[in-house]
Amino acid sequence: MSCSDFNDLDAELTAFGHPGGSSVRAVHDQFHGDLLEVSMGPQHPSTHGVFRMVATLDGEQIVKLKPVFGYLHRNHEKIAENTTYLGSMPYTDRLDYLCSMSTNWAYALAVEKLSGQAVPDRAQYLRIIMAELTRLVNHACLVGFLFNDLGTSFTPLLYAFREREKIIDLFEALSGSRMMCNYQRFGGCRVDPTPEWLAAARTLVENFPRFLDEYERMLTGNEIMLARTQGIGRLDPAHAVNAGLTGPVLRASGVDYDLRKVDGYGFYPRFDFRVPLGAQGDTYDRYMLRILEMRESVKILVQAFRDLPGGPIMDPKAKLRSFRPKAGEAYGRLEGPKGELGFYLISDGTPNPYRYRVRPPSLINLTLLEEMCLGHTIADAVVILGSIDIVLGEVDR
Amino acid sequence: MSDAPQSTPASPRPAPAEGFPAAGNISDADREELRRHGILLTSLEELYNWGRSNSIWPLQFGLACCAIEMIAAATARFDIARFGAEIFRPSPRQADLMIVSGTVTKKMAPLVVRLWNQMPEPKYCIAMGACAISGGPFKQGYNVLKGIDRLIPVDIYIPGCPPRPEALLNGLIQLQKQIKGEKLTGPDAARHTRADLPSEYPIPAYGAHDLEPAKNPAVWTPPAPPSA
Ligand code: SF4
Repeated sequence: MSCSDFNDLDAELTAFGHPGGSSVRAVHDQFHGDLLEVSMGPQHPSTHGVFRMVATLDGEQIVKLKPVFGYLHRNHEKIAENTTYLGSMPYTDRLDYLCSMSTNWAYALAVEKLSGQAVPDRAQYLRIIMAELTRLVNHACLVGFLFNDLGTSFTPLLYAFREREKIIDLFEALSGSRMMCNYQRFGGCRVDPTPEWLAAARTLVENFPRFLDEYERMLTGNEIMLARTQGIGRLDPAHAVNAGLTGPVLRASGVDYDLRKVDGYGFYPRFDFRVPLGAQGDTYDRYMLRILEMRESVKILVQAFRDLPGGPIMDPKAKLRSFRPKAGEAYGRLEGPKGELGFYLISDGTPNPYRYRVRPPSLINLTLLEEMCLGHTIADAVVILGSIDIVLGEVDR
Repeated sequence: MSDAPQSTPASPRPAPAEGFPAAGNISDADREELRRHGILLTSLEELYNWGRSNSIWPLQFGLACCAIEMIAAATARFDIARFGAEIFRPSPRQADLMIVSGTVTKKMAPLVVRLWNQMPEPKYCIAMGACAISGGPFKQGYNVLKGIDRLIPVDIYIPGCPPRPEALLNGLIQLQKQIKGEKLTGPDAARHTRADLPSEYPIPAYGAHDLEPAKNPAVWTPPAPPSA
């Protein structure tokens, strides 16, 4: 309000017999520039679980944002240190409960490094098939949730869950559980898929681009979506690298870093696929990157089904019961759907790990939430959080 | 009716005619027979419970992995709307049913109880999954509440880790059955009709070693140790 506005208002109020003058100005001074602290969560429907943001607002703009977590701290690491190596495998399912297959694999990778076990070829291919199917589930659901945050109220999520159910059915047929697959073992996989399973999975993968086209026709280019995501939540690459961000959030800022290429773990070097990169690092890029990654995953899956060799799925020398790796330490990591997922283990030669540590991509990606949100409105913060893709089981462990 | 003098004592109900069943004793077959002739016999209690049981609004509130299956139950394949419970409300003030879907940690437990207190009566609670029932796989964790029924009354327990969406639907059907059987009057009347029963419970705080109070004796007593 400018000074002349005040004078007009004063004059008007005086005409109505109001004392006017300083009282109006006092009210204005009292509220203008006043900061409001808003606590969102932990039961807020847009915080993707039990996450809480304490945002300080000037009007609607965010001037400070403090993430508060720990509402789902389930002592995963401590429990794992009191359990055998194999006994921790089901717990890893529950870390990132949307992507149990890839979390299993990350843990198996770390233990295999520790014990120096080899993995048969067929199991390597199966692992890639499961990990890429998981990526499809995760990204499809993420986009659905992101649009929920944008205010579409469920429609894209219904489409995403339709596809998720198809993939989850495959996981269930193979492992016996829809979400908690507990499928990987040290030195291989637990169950060999039947030819019918492989045929069904292949059909699903071949039809998946049709779903993606349908999804994109509905969402990409939607005017509201463009207005709400382009230029919102920009993250500059140097910042992202410094904070240790990984996964799609980092690549959307244009940094070419994908562990499938960098580490070449498993049999990924045998596959022909591209790593999509963003240019702006805004919410829109993070959305598009997920769609493009799904298309690349389909490519990988088609190649995997084509080349899947026969043979055993477990290293014959592998020992699951009374498994005791020799003393030492190992860090196994892979490119999970959310970023670099790593397990750090220290063995002292006993059946339990001496130290068990998880590097959760969601938590580390969350550290720059404030940077991305500053200067945007509170409604945008919800969307930015949605585009980071967190799962609280992994953030809090 | 209204101009009848207030002082007149209500005339006693005429005794039922010979051979005519007393109210409440009509068999289902007789009722069905009457219904086919266009006569609907019911009681206020039945009508009230029927209406309530088919329009349960759950609180939109997910805790952990089980919440994903709760969302799956709301999507097209399982379609919780078939049972009249599809309107997930983000505000506890509008919800009838709290589905505790996941691990309740000691940091989260006070908030769960507060949400429960904010829900208006009549309200119900479903403990979904092993974690909400007993702590589940994380029971040994130092920060995990060993069952939400220590703090708030639970009506239905759904085992599983996570329970399938069908199991959640089954739990909902069981809850509907329970609501349909509720009495509005008498000594065994439903909780929400009784002024002497609390509808709010003490909110625990994070103490030095554990939640304080760690359990609510009004709803939970430790099980007796197994006799030798
Ligand atoms: S019962 Fe199992 S699936 Fe459900 S919250 Fe607990 S660990 Fe997760």
